[in-house]
Amino acid sequence: MTNSSPASEPRPGSDPATNRPHLELNQRAWHRFRRNRPAVLSLYAVACLVVLVLAWPLVLKIVSGSGPGGARLAQGLQPDRLSEAQFQPPGLKHWFGTDVHGRDLLSRVLYGAQVSLLVGLVGAAVSLVIGVFWGAVAGYVGGRTDSFMMRAVDVLYSLPSIIFVIVLLTTLEGVLKRWLGALGTYNPGGATRLVLLVIGLGAVSWLTMARIVRGQVLSLRQRPFVEASRALGAGPVRILARHIIPNTLGVVIVYLTLTVPAIILYESFLSYLGLGIQPPMASWGSLIAEGADQINPIRIYWWLLAFPAAFLVTTLLALNFIGDGLRDAWDVRAGNGRD
Amino acid sequence: MCGMYFLRRLVLLLPLLLIISLFSFVLVRVAPGGPFDRERKPASPEIELQVQAKYHLDEPAWKQYVRFLADLVRGDLGVSLQYRNHTVNDIIAQALPVSASLGLLAFGFAMGVGLPLGYFSAVRRGHWGDYAGSLLAVLMICIPGFVVAPSLIILVGIKWRLFPVALWVSPLHAVLPVVALGLYFSGRIARLMREGMLNVMPSEFITAARAKGLNENVLLLKHALPLAILPVVSYSGPLLADLLTGSFVIETIFQIPGLGAFFVNGSLNRDYTLVVGLVILYAFLLIVLNLAVDLLYVLLDPRVRYD
Repeated sequence: MTNSSPASEPRPGSDPATNRPHLELNQRAWHRFRRNRPAVLSLYAVACLVVLVLAWPLVLKIVSGSGPGGARLAQGLQPDRLSEAQFQPPGLKHWFGTDVHGRDLLSRVLYGAQVSLLVGLVGAAVSLVIGVFWGAVAGYVGGRTDSFMMRAVDVLYSLPSIIFVIVLLTTLEGVLKRWLGALGTYNPGGATRLVLLVIGLGAVSWLTMARIVRGQVLSLRQRPFVEASRALGAGPVRILARHIIPNTLGVVIVYLTLTVPAIILYESFLSYLGLGIQPPMASWGSLIAEGADQINPIRIYWWLLAFPAAFLVTTLLALNFIGDGLRDAWDVRAGNGRD
Repeated sequence: MCGMYFLRRLVLLLPLLLIISLFSFVLVRVAPGGPFDRERKPASPEIELQVQAKYHLDEPAWKQYVRFLADLVRGDLGVSLQYRNHTVNDIIAQALPVSASLGLLAFGFAMGVGLPLGYFSAVRRGHWGDYAGSLLAVLMICIPGFVVAPSLIILVGIKWRLFPVALWVSPLHAVLPVVALGLYFSGRIARLMREGMLNVMPSEFITAARAKGLNENVLLLKHALPLAILPVVSYSGPLLADLLTGSFVIETIFQIPGLGAFFVNGSLNRDYTLVVGLVILYAFLLIVLNLAVDLLYVLLDPRVRYD
């Protein structure tokens, strides 16, 4: 796309039925994004990580099915399998070493990645739903409703989020356990924790999203195409769902990519405190906490800290590069909440 | 004009604090469990009732809130329900100075590292210095404190034995926790500073000053910097409120008797009075600091007018 054609010309890539004006904008932004080398590289890195994390259980299964030697090897690599080989430094048998219970650290890091990534993605999705709903309603309805809803956001901003999270987690825990127990879910404890973390983290991370969406909606609702739709008799729900929210998507996706690493970080912080994922399940945060627990002046088990931390930091780095790349490509800026 | 605006903001502080206190008051009480769940069991029902009555927990919630407000007006945050020999005021008076000094040092560290880093990245835009500086800044915001702190302890503390790894007794003890706490915020500040400079540098008044033949360093430091630093200034309000009230992770790892642990333990143990007291302290700091930030804006940017 080196030559820029006028917007009115029908383009082969656009859908003539909907003819959305932001389609071309998105294509150009995507082009800009692909020239951002760190961002593209990060995208590949995250893709590789996801593939590795998803493939690892399969690899273990295949190895264990390949004869008695393979079965023994795979047994030793099971993330929850306790053994005598405690605190083995990284070596041929255990690439990342073993932990205090003799469990293979590589397996534990890769299984922990499942939790960290899942919580980050779904938590960001929860914050997206709340934030977009809150911001869109406040911005579209306006007036008293708007100022009430945004003052509520201000109040939540001035609450220390750690207190909010702890109270939310403990309040929801009982309720969820009963529900999931009634549903007969397998492993209610672990599942409850995951759902809890996702809801709790999403519920404290939507504030900035709401502010951004509100700002967008305020400017969008003045635009002629919204007025035209209103003149044709469309109700507020239809206008929001069909015309306004789709037009905020670019900005929303950019902030979503920056929310994912923030939530992964918050989850690992909570797990580090022991409030997140419960053993024997692990996430990167709880693995780092286990590593930090083993610090003593006599023997240094550096691998317990180094490998989970390296995975966490690399992932956060990559996600931040992707987020920054998307932000630059779509050229969106967060207002500082002053306007 | 300006004075009126800030006076109004100052008056608004009270209702805002009232709402926040009510919100946190309801929030901790909605959570299941109570402050005495970890007491010796089985306590006879009579004893339980007596304890409840002593702390007025048997009264209806609205009455408790009114009682709390009456105490608050006198500056009394009540007795902690978990550490029952201490009032919340005592706890804050003991732990806040420790957390605040750690926080202020970390703030100074973050500014001292972040501002020059961001400034030089922006000035060297597109050169390798910018790439290196920006990468360093992103790296800093991607390494959480609970990774930095144990790594520093292992390397600098245990292996090289340069600094003590715990406690809070001498300036030497402050070095590792200050670095561990401040590193993340240095990265945030560097990124804000760089972005601020990049936004200001294409301005017309900069071009005009440059055309006039002004020395480049004077131009950047005297004319661009005061405007470019504005995003950092507005970030430093909430940042300071966070840092002054302590960090759970850093204070736990380095065994510093600060305020951070009380936020976590208070909410875990349903220590109603402590939680509400801490929330009010935090919110008060945040609102006052944000007000101070807006005042600073007027001083730094002559275009800003409030009315």
